[in-house]
This record gives sequence, structure tokens and C-alpha cells, in this order.
Amino acid sequence: MKLSLSKVVSGCRLGTLTNLGKNGVQTVELPGCLLYTKTGSPPHLTHDTLQTIKGVPDIVQLTLSTLVELHDVLEEFKEGVGKFIGMPDSVLYCSLHDPGTPCPFGYNNNKSVSIWGYGGRVEMTTSKFMNMQRAFKPDWIQCLSDGDTISGETSRKRAKKSVDRSLSFLDECIQLQEKSPELQSSVMIGVIEGGDVLEERLRSARETAKRPVGGFLLDGFQGLAMAKETKLKLMDSVTAELPEDKPRLIHGIGKPDEVLECIERGVDIFESFFPYQVTERGCALSFSYNYNPDPEATVIKQNGIQDTGKSHTEKDINETSKADPEITSFEIFLKEKRYRDDFGPLVHGCTCYCCQNHSRAYVHHLLVTNELLAGVLLMMHNFQHYFSFFHSIRDALRDDRLDQLKELIFRQACETQEMHSQASECRGRR
Amino acid sequence: GPELIKQAHGLHGFISWWVCLQDSGGFQMVSLVELSEVAEEGVRFRSPYNGEEIRLTPEKSIEIQNALGSDIMMQLDDVVSSTVTGPRVEEAMYRSIRWLDRCIAANSKPAEQSLFAIVQGGLDPALRTKCLEEMTRRDVPGFAIGGLSGGEAKDQFWRMVTLSTDPLPSLWGSPGVSDTWGYATDLVVCVALGCDMFDCVFPTRTAGAWGWPHPAHVPRPALALGSRLLTPAVLGVWPHAACASHRVFLPRPRYSRAFLHALVRSETVAMHLLTVHNIAYQLSLMRSIRESIVEQRFPQFVQDFMTTMYGSRERYPPWAVEALASVHITLE
Repeated sequence: MKLSLSKVVSGCRLGTLTNLGKNGVQTVELPGCLLYTKTGSPPHLTHDTLQTIKGVPDIVQLTLSTLVELHDVLEEFKEGVGKFIGMPDSVLYCSLHDPGTPCPFGYNNNKSVSIWGYGGRVEMTTSKFMNMQRAFKPDWIQCLSDGDTISGETSRKRAKKSVDRSLSFLDECIQLQEKSPELQSSVMIGVIEGGDVLEERLRSARETAKRPVGGFLLDGFQGLAMAKETKLKLMDSVTAELPEDKPRLIHGIGKPDEVLECIERGVDIFESFFPYQVTERGCALSFSYNYNPDPEATVIKQNGIQDTGKSHTEKDINETSKADPEITSFEIFLKEKRYRDDFGPLVHGCTCYCCQNHSRAYVHHLLVTNELLAGVLLMMHNFQHYFSFFHSIRDALRDDRLDQLKELIFRQACETQEMHSQASECRGRR
Repeated sequence: GPELIKQAHGLHGFISWWVCLQDSGGFQMVSLVELSEVAEEGVRFRSPYNGEEIRLTPEKSIEIQNALGSDIMMQLDDVVSSTVTGPRVEEAMYRSIRWLDRCIAANSKPAEQSLFAIVQGGLDPALRTKCLEEMTRRDVPGFAIGGLSGGEAKDQFWRMVTLSTDPLPSLWGSPGVSDTWGYATDLVVCVALGCDMFDCVFPTRTAGAWGWPHPAHVPRPALALGSRLLTPAVLGVWPHAACASHRVFLPRPRYSRAFLHALVRSETVAMHLLTVHNIAYQLSLMRSIRESIVEQRFPQFVQDFMTTMYGSRERYPPWAVEALASVHITLE
């Protein structure tokens, strides 16, 4: 695996990861994201439907928690998880937890980390963890780590412990990897912990960087407990300690504005659980990422913004507030009545399968009648929209236009706050 | 709603499909029997969602179907479950005939939209015969066999099918749509008895729990993928099992039974894969049937089918043997 940076602009890293995968032939552009999966499959999508999506990332994120019960099956299978899930040619990154499902606090100790499978809690010691990795044979392994610091009530002592444990897990896992012939081509991703304590974060970064890891994961930034300013400051300090020639991943960051903020702090790789969450709440991503001010594109851009920022009538807000409170202004909620006879595509100008073949009204109908096809079509659109957003980030970096893109994204992010404050005002009046 | 579909340039425009067959809503008299009330005028449903009342008359049903623009429409019929006996069956049969007349009169686009009659009469041969007599006198382009597959014995089922198909003008190739019969053996036997067209409710509805593991050339009984019997120890890992010769899974089997087994528990994608597989199975089965008919070797096809499906003669279902014998297909 080789990382070449072609440009670094105010913290943002534009580059290419080459020599990836079992045969060392795959290439991934940075900043980028991973393909999100559950139980080894992108949600709602078969191989055929996935093929119709443009810009699918070459690196697939598998989560140990959704695959843990297949340990014995994969041991018997012997050919690794890639062949088993029907993705023999993808680069596989195996992470511990499912970013879509928060896991309970307080179950880790010095010897093990708990992950939550469909059948409940599974305690992972380093030897059990590495046994599983031997059966899975992923290309990248998120090292066993104690990231139980995101509840918001983490003491200094607990933060220190998360670093100590994660470092000792890392040492043990590296030792076990050296003794495993089937894992010689796998890359260990070192995990940086330390909660919100700066000196622990720095220690974690420095110590992890001393080990033979292929990349770094910034963990413990999930959730809302830690203030955004703190998060960003910590990220800044952590990435400053890391070598330039290794990729940096982050977990639990998905919203477009937050992605941009992390990229400015030197993060390279994100997940794609966000478009999945958007799909699950019956929404379609509709934000504009077209920073190019050429006249034709501007029309599309304005279309997009008008859609999301449409002045909400009281009725609309009531409908929206009945929906998932997580809904952001980056998306439209297709269950709303106003889409019942809206025969336009989800997003004008979008080239995804759903927008090319179906209307908002049809997706509205599928959602209202609880048809599984709604999830399929929305997932296709949302994935393609999200992957294109990352493409646009790279283009903007290349063209020195990141400021325009940022301005565009942040303007739309602000509308989320307006949307929610309007909704609460409206509720307050009743 | 019909207004919405009109705006969307018809059903074809709304769902982006080529040819559509639409049911009249009559089946809901069985599936929502507790919430419905039938009278000569029509049927009244209480919506299971909000308790709102929905009135459906033969005229209204055709109006909706005309507005939606399906290629094949079904008459509104008075459906009773096949397990119901007594005067209600007779009443429903005669009413279905009267409603057929009202539907024919209400069809505003007979040139573009074909209206099919639905033969009723429960499990009573005399009533079915009467219904057929009356309905074949009307000018309808096709017939559906209604009121079956509601839990009656297979022995009664095939007798009613053969009775219904016998007097139908098969020279016209009028499709007799037999709703909700999906088992592979049922399909083969019903083709032998004279049915032309089937729905594919079974392969899609059962995808949640069942899979048919083999293409039509090697028909096998259904396999329960979600059952406990299929733990890895029993199942082994069969990396090349599922859909070995199905185009949908080319270039080589992408997914094993073991992977589908893992997906079935939590992922909707399992249902999509099984649906694709099951529909491919049914399409492939029907294609083989057509080819064998064209090549005038359908009896041999049936024989091969039964042998592969059941292995030995003593495992053939007696009703199927009898049904096939009635049309001079004698099984070895």
C-alpha cells in the first residue's frame, strides 16, 4: 500500500492510495469514503443493483459485529470473507462496530472488548479477535480497541485507560499477526483513543505511530456528547502527530458539513452509513455539491436548494416533526403529502437509476405502502449522491475551489438548524 | 388513487413497466372478510388502517381500472373462501355473473383494455358448470378461475380446475388466470389441465422464508433457508450451491446458501435475492413447458418433471397422478 499526496491545502489532503488489495492493483482516491455494508452486503442492494450505482468506493467496510456469528462458517469455508459475501475483488476493511447501531457502554475490560452481534454480546479477547481475522482475511483490520469514551461522562482516568488498553491490544494483535501466514498481506489499522483529553489523545497518536501500522483510525468522535469545537481541536492536534504517508480514517462522521470539517483537519477516509440512515428514515439526499458557478449548473444548484429550503408551511413542519427528528436539510422526506403528485425525479439532473426511471410520487407511494422497493431505490440514489459528493470534494481541492464548496455546504447545513428551530417554535405556539 | 395515476400517464408510466394485469379488488372480500360487507350493489370495506369506509361496486372497480389503464382487467366478483359451503356459494356465483354484466357495460375502453371474467361456484361441480355456461355466453376475451386455493383439498382443487377449463374456448388461447397457485407441481398439472397463465405471487411472497434451490431443469422441493435445520453444521458450506446455472447470478455463483442463510435473518437483500431466484425459477419452468409443447413432447416433460421432483413413483402426490391421468398423461 502506498500513499501519494498530490496536494495539501489548508490541512486538506488530496492524494491517491495505490497498490491496494490482495493483488496490490487497486487504487483509491483521497479524500474518499468506504462502502457501508451490514452482514457483508450493502443494505437493500444485490450485486446487480449495486453495479448500476456510479462511483462505488473500492474499499468495502465490513463490521465485525454483524458478522461475528459467521466465525465458524468462515473457518470451514477457508477462502475468506470476500469470496463468501460475493465481493472477491474488493478491498475489505473490517471494523469492530456497526456505525449505524450505537453499542451499549461499560462492557470493556483489560482483557476484552465487547461487540454486539445479532445474538447479543460477544467478548473479544485479542486471541479470539485474531482467530476471526484469520478466517475472514480482510485487507485492512481495525485493531481491537477500547473506544468506550463517547458517553459524555468520561473521566480522565477512563480516557487514559482507553489508550493503555488499546495500545496493549495493538501490541498483542501485531504479535499474533506476525505468526499468521494468512494475514501477512493484511494491514493493521492502529486506533487512536483518549476521549476528550488532549494529552491522552497525543500520547495515543504518538505511541500508535511508533508501531508497524498501515494507517490510523480516529475513534471516539461518534455521537453528540463531545462539543464540536473540542472534537475539531483534538483532531487537529492528533493528525499533527501522525506521519504524512499513512491514511487516516474516522468513524461516526457522515454529515456533509462535518465531513468537510474533518477533511480540513487532515482526515482522509470516511464511512458511508449516513446515506443508509437517510434511506431508513424515508429520505432522499438532495443537497447540492455543485460549486461550479457555470450558468447551466447554477440552475440545478438552485433547484436543489429551493427544494430543501422551501419555506415550510405550518402543515409541512407538523408532518416533518412527526418524522425522524434526525432529518437534516441535506435531504427531503418523501413520505410528506406534498410528494404524492410530484412526478419529478428525486433530484433534477441526477443520473442514478431511481432518478432516471422513477418519480418522487412513485417513491412516496412505495414508502406509504411499506414496499421494500422504496429502500432499494432510495439506497441507490443516496449512495450515488453521497459518492458524488466525495468526488466533488476532490475536484474542488484539485481546482482550488474548496472554499466555494464549503460555502455551499455550510449554507445548506444552516438550514437544518432553521428547520428545527421553526418546528419547535411551531410546536411551542400550540 | 386513479386521479394520481392519470396524472402520471397511466399505470405504465407510474410504475415504469410494459404490460400490466390488474385485479379488481374482489379478493379482499376474502382476505378482509371481517371488514367487508357484500350486497347486490357492491361491497363495503372498512379500511384496516383508519377505519374509513370504502365502497366498491362493479362500475367503480372498472372505472378505477380504466383510469389506471391496465392491459388486462378483472371483473369484480363476489368471492367466498373455498372452505365456505351452503347457499352463500350459490348466491356468490349468480352475483358474479350479474356483476360481470355490469362490468362489461361499464368498460369504457374495451378495445384497449381486455376484461376477464372470473369463474366462481366454490367446490360444487353443478354450480361451476352453471357459472361457466353463463359466462362463456358473454363476449369476454379471457377467463380466470376464481375461488380456489383457499385451503381446499388438492383432490377437489384439480377437479374444479379441469371442470373450469374444459368448456373454455381454448382455440382462442384465452388465458385462464389461476390466482395464487404457485407450487411447481401445481403449475405443471394446471397447464396439463388447460390453464394458460399464472401469477407469481408464490415465488415472491414466499421469498421471506423459502427458496427454490434449483433451476427448472432440476426441479426440487422447496428448501427452507430460514429454518433451524440449516445451521452450518447440517448445511455444510456449499459455496457453489445457489443458482448455479442462473443468468442472474452469472458469471459464477456469487452467493452460497450459507451466505443467504446469514442474510435471511436480518437483511432485506436476502428477500430480493430469493425473489429474483424464485421468479427466475418459475419463468424458466414455464419456458421449458412452452418448449416441450412446441416440440410436442409435453407428456414426456411432465414425466421427467415428476421423476426429478419426487424421485420415485410412490412419492408422487396421488391427486397429481389422478389429475394427469384425466388428461391422458400416464406416469410411469
